Amino acid sequence: MNHIASSLRQFIRENFLFGQDLALADHESLLELGIVDSTGVLELVTFIEDRYRITVEDEELVPDNLDSIDNLVRFIGAKCQYSPVLNKEMRHAV
Amino acid sequence: MQVESFLELSARQWPDKIALVCGDRRVTYAELEQTANRLAHALMAEGVGRGDRVAVHLENSVEAVVAVMAILKAGAVFMMVNPTTKAEKLAYVLNNSRARAIVVPARKMPVLETCWAETPHLKLVILTQSADATKQRASPPAKRPDHNPLRQDGCVYLEELLQRHADDTQPPQKRAIDIDLAALIYTSGSTGNPKGVMLTHLNMVAAATSITTYLENTPDDVILNVLPLSFDYGLYQVLMGLKIGGTVVLERSFAYPRVVLQRLLEEKVTGFPLVPTMSAILLQMDLRKYDFPHLRYVTNTGAALPTEHIVRLRRLFPKVKVYSMYGLTECKRVSYLPPDQIDARPGSVGKGMPNEEVYLVDDDGRRLGPGVVGQLVVRGSNVMKGYWELPEETDRVLKPGLLSGEKVLYTGDLFRTDEEGYLYFVGRRDDIIKSRGEKVSPKEVENVLYAHPEIAEAAVVGVPDEIFGQAVKAVVSRKNGSRLTEQDVLRHCAGRLEDFMVPQSVEFRAVLPKTSNGKIDKRGLIGGASV
Repeated sequence: MNHIASSLRQFIRENFLFGQDLALADHESLLELGIVDSTGVLELVTFIEDRYRITVEDEELVPDNLDSIDNLVRFIGAKCQYSPVLNKEMRHAV
Repeated sequence: MQVESFLELSARQWPDKIALVCGDRRVTYAELEQTANRLAHALMAEGVGRGDRVAVHLENSVEAVVAVMAILKAGAVFMMVNPTTKAEKLAYVLNNSRARAIVVPARKMPVLETCWAETPHLKLVILTQSADATKQRASPPAKRPDHNPLRQDGCVYLEELLQRHADDTQPPQKRAIDIDLAALIYTSGSTGNPKGVMLTHLNMVAAATSITTYLENTPDDVILNVLPLSFDYGLYQVLMGLKIGGTVVLERSFAYPRVVLQRLLEEKVTGFPLVPTMSAILLQMDLRKYDFPHLRYVTNTGAALPTEHIVRLRRLFPKVKVYSMYGLTECKRVSYLPPDQIDARPGSVGKGMPNEEVYLVDDDGRRLGPGVVGQLVVRGSNVMKGYWELPEETDRVLKPGLLSGEKVLYTGDLFRTDEEGYLYFVGRRDDIIKSRGEKVSPKEVENVLYAHPEIAEAAVVGVPDEIFGQAVKAVVSRKNGSRLTEQDVLRHCAGRLEDFMVPQSVEFRAVLPKTSNGKIDKRGLIGGASV
């Protein structure tokens, strides 16, 4: 598992499941499983903006970018491509 | 007239019209009617009788709508259970209503299994596939752990039932009449246990008729609904859509507002029901580049829309009628403000709806004039039959009215009227919290908190919140030696309460303030030092 996925899992576990173990496959929908709701999505966005120093544009607030670990990793990866700060973390990704 | 007739009549008149859009599925009236008929025959064949309660524990989906209509066609009573309801409360509701059957997604089976042993009346479990399930079944449903032979094979897939009744596409012979129950809707009460609001076909047809009258709905309307069908505001969008022969676009949530707005455009939506939380989110977005040429009206209920929101919504949708409304599950809807009044009286929720009478009374039941605060009373065919098997609680809210023998609804909500009779909400007589447009009983949350072995005292209050309207806040004191954290408390709550009831914050105090008679002083909780 890469670093982005594991820090996302940790964030979801602590903030949406209040520390409970997470039975979630990387491709599964966070919305479908009831893990996030409308305010959850906003918290998730704030987290990735702070953690990866990216700005999520309004148009980017769609399930294709945010609704599973896979989608989030892909989205953050794409956003980070040109950012030196983020490249550091990306290099650790397996 | 019965509720399922909405679908039957529209299917006869517009068989090829799209009744329901859900994800990438588009269902015509004829398809919806025939599928509901097949399931109705299946329910009856499986022993569901007239007046039996059947729970629907599904996300917004085609299956949920099919299930509701099929249950009614079978002469039974449907009960929507919020998709985020946890095992303990699910068991409570199933037992309280003595539900005979339930429709659930296959992936919820483990949750249902935990309350299996405690629900002796439940004979039939109908499983729907989760949206991402392939045609291959993941695993067959588990057998019940008990040894009651009646209950061994009570699990069946919805799809299988429909196949078994593939040819039964005609509606079954009607068994119910319009004063029979159509639905039980569980609502939070100040006592902590949810109460089943008994609604007859007559109640629901009357409410749907009044509402579609003042909204001036036509068969050309396309209604987009993101609210759960377990919330009567969401449920009625579907019932009214079917009644008017319109199209209902069902979404599962408002988590991705841009996606919903895109749907609004693509589907040429004309009617968009909101709760204040949704309008707060919309108003935070930059919507300047959007134009919704087809949108005819938006509605708000669930909690009062702040005047500031109304002004900004009007600016955002200048050509759209904004309906500010008020209601409660016990009679569905009470009032609406005619859109031409909204700029003049943005703080009002209007007047009683068509075919309904409302007035204010003092504590002795005397009618009040303009300007005086009193309890709102509702008189109409939309008023519920009572609370399920709670005669005393029923008598507390359904009291003798103007005509001898009739009962009118005492809402428990305080209002005043202006000189022209427009209603202004003042407050509630109990401590119910309105969060995200839904009712939260502090007592229900407190009961869950007290069930935690390390919590000594707990009180739950509503605090003003930009997005939620009111946010649920728990104030607790720990037992000696406890190192309980906020996260521990929230995890405990999230495992037992619906999402909208889980507190947004927890404050720890050494002791909770008390009133002179020893009760926890909730007013004293606003302010005061935390530890």
